Amino acid sequence: MSQADLLDQAPVFQLKGSMLAITVLELTHNDLARLDAQLLAKVAEAPNFFSNIPLVLALDKLPEDCGELDLAELQAVCKRHGLCIMAIRTEREEHIARARELDLAVLPPSGARERLIEPAESAEARRKAEKPREPEVRPTKVVTTPVRGGMQVYAEGGDLVVLASVSAGAELLADGNIHVYGPMRGRALAGVKGNAKARIFCQRLGAELLSIAGKYKVAEDLRRDPAWGDAVHVSLSGDVLKITRL
Amino acid sequence: MAKILVVTSGKGGVGKTTTSAAIGTGLALRGHKTVIVDFDVGLRNLDLIMGCERRVVYDFVNVINGEATLTQALIKDKRLENLYVLAASQTRDKDALTLEGVGKVMDELRESFEYIVCDSPAGIEKGAHLAMYFADEAIVVTNPEVSSVRDSDRMLGLLASKSRRAEQGEEPIKEHLLLTRYNPERVSKGEMLGVEDVEEILAIRLLGVIPESQAVLKASNQGVPVILDEQSDAGQAYSDAVDRLLGKELPHRFLDVQKKGLLQRLFGGRE
Ligand SMILES: Nc1ncnc2c1ncn2[C@@H]1O[C@H](COP(=O)(O)OP(=O)(O)O)[C@@H](O)[C@H]1O
Ligand SMILES: [Mg+2]
Repeated sequence: MSQADLLDQAPVFQLKGSMLAITVLELTHNDLARLDAQLLAKVAEAPNFFSNIPLVLALDKLPEDCGELDLAELQAVCKRHGLCIMAIRTEREEHIARARELDLAVLPPSGARERLIEPAESAEARRKAEKPREPEVRPTKVVTTPVRGGMQVYAEGGDLVVLASVSAGAELLADGNIHVYGPMRGRALAGVKGNAKARIFCQRLGAELLSIAGKYKVAEDLRRDPAWGDAVHVSLSGDVLKITRL
Repeated sequence: MAKILVVTSGKGGVGKTTTSAAIGTGLALRGHKTVIVDFDVGLRNLDLIMGCERRVVYDFVNVINGEATLTQALIKDKRLENLYVLAASQTRDKDALTLEGVGKVMDELRESFEYIVCDSPAGIEKGAHLAMYFADEAIVVTNPEVSSVRDSDRMLGLLASKSRRAEQGEEPIKEHLLLTRYNPERVSKGEMLGVEDVEEILAIRLLGVIPESQAVLKASNQGVPVILDEQSDAGQAYSDAVDRLLGKELPHRFLDVQKKGLLQRLFGGRE
């Protein structure tokens, strides 16, 4: 650098006022362990939001009697989760003193309006998440021994195939379709999580109850059906179970 | 290898104890060292049917509690050399039996007997569970009526899911259906379910059909297992069932309404 340069009086900086939108973390309890756990959960929800975001730590909502606050530890907890504390907001003498020691700026409590924000994923991350995932197909549950009265079989996330008899008082449940190749005298509930496209197939209709996506028929109705005792398939047509011979 | 057989049903009064006494005696008659164990704590009556009630000193519960040895508690049958009874306690309640205690006694019995026949109490709760838990084979006693068939069905479900074999993932308990108190006349009038109906619903192998018979009451009043009444229809039907249990193929008898002709009685039967 030359002498001439040093003598140049031209300013090297400008001061500008700015309305910076900034996140404020308002601490309401002096419980660092809980803060740690809750931040961990929040970060898991929106990892991108928490990559080194600048933050004002507001201590003015802490109750008077909350005990001594370990500000250094608080700063460390925040840092661990990707929160970078720029300043603290407080009026309390002991907090201000601790902030000075840690080289943190101190802001007075603000009267400005603040709104609650939910950390959101970046637009790109959201697009990734929203791209419809391929439906996960669970393997069909196959039962080869009789399902006796009092027993319950549930095929979660998929179809249920029973190759033996289903007794009165037995219950079959599936998120998908139900197939019964032995005599069917029990209850069968297909599409239990609401899949109205689920169907029930049975070789010999003698069921106590059939249900698809919560719409059902009981034995009293079923027995009157001309297909009682026959091989049928059952589907949902509007709000009504439709029984068709196979 | 010792075999544990449970005689069970779910429903009460269907003929479990009559069957336990008959089958146990039948096995002993055919030369197999057999013990019949009464699991019906509080309602013991196996000893009455076996005619040894006056010789009960110690019972199953005493053995489990260590108050008597098995040797002290086993009652030797007066008629057959290789037949024993382990009586249930009359004074205790069902909670006197524990899974661990029963398991120990079963292990000990396995060492000296070929067949251990467990006479189950009614119901599907603790007592019935303990009686079937260690079983290798089950004789499911059913009467030809809807409620009994339903209870048997329920019991079959428990055999397949709550027994030791089921819990350890071993080969499942071998199931046999024994239809008792069968009255062909009432079946033909449609007042009772037929053999085919029950077989169809329960879908297990038919071990035998025991007709409703005066001989059963007579035998139990005398304290003689009905299988020893060789002239009686029920006695013969139980005999056939024991033979089938041991692997013989025999046609089922006493299924049809009896015409009183002698030939019909001797040769009437089903393929
Ligand atoms: N085949 C039969 N014919 C007539 N009565 C029978 C027959 N089997 C059992 N009984 C009668 O039914 C009643 C119940 O029999 P029991 O063997 O004590 O049943 P459980 O042990 O299942 O309660 C008894 O009075 C017995 O004499
Ligand atoms: Mg009994």
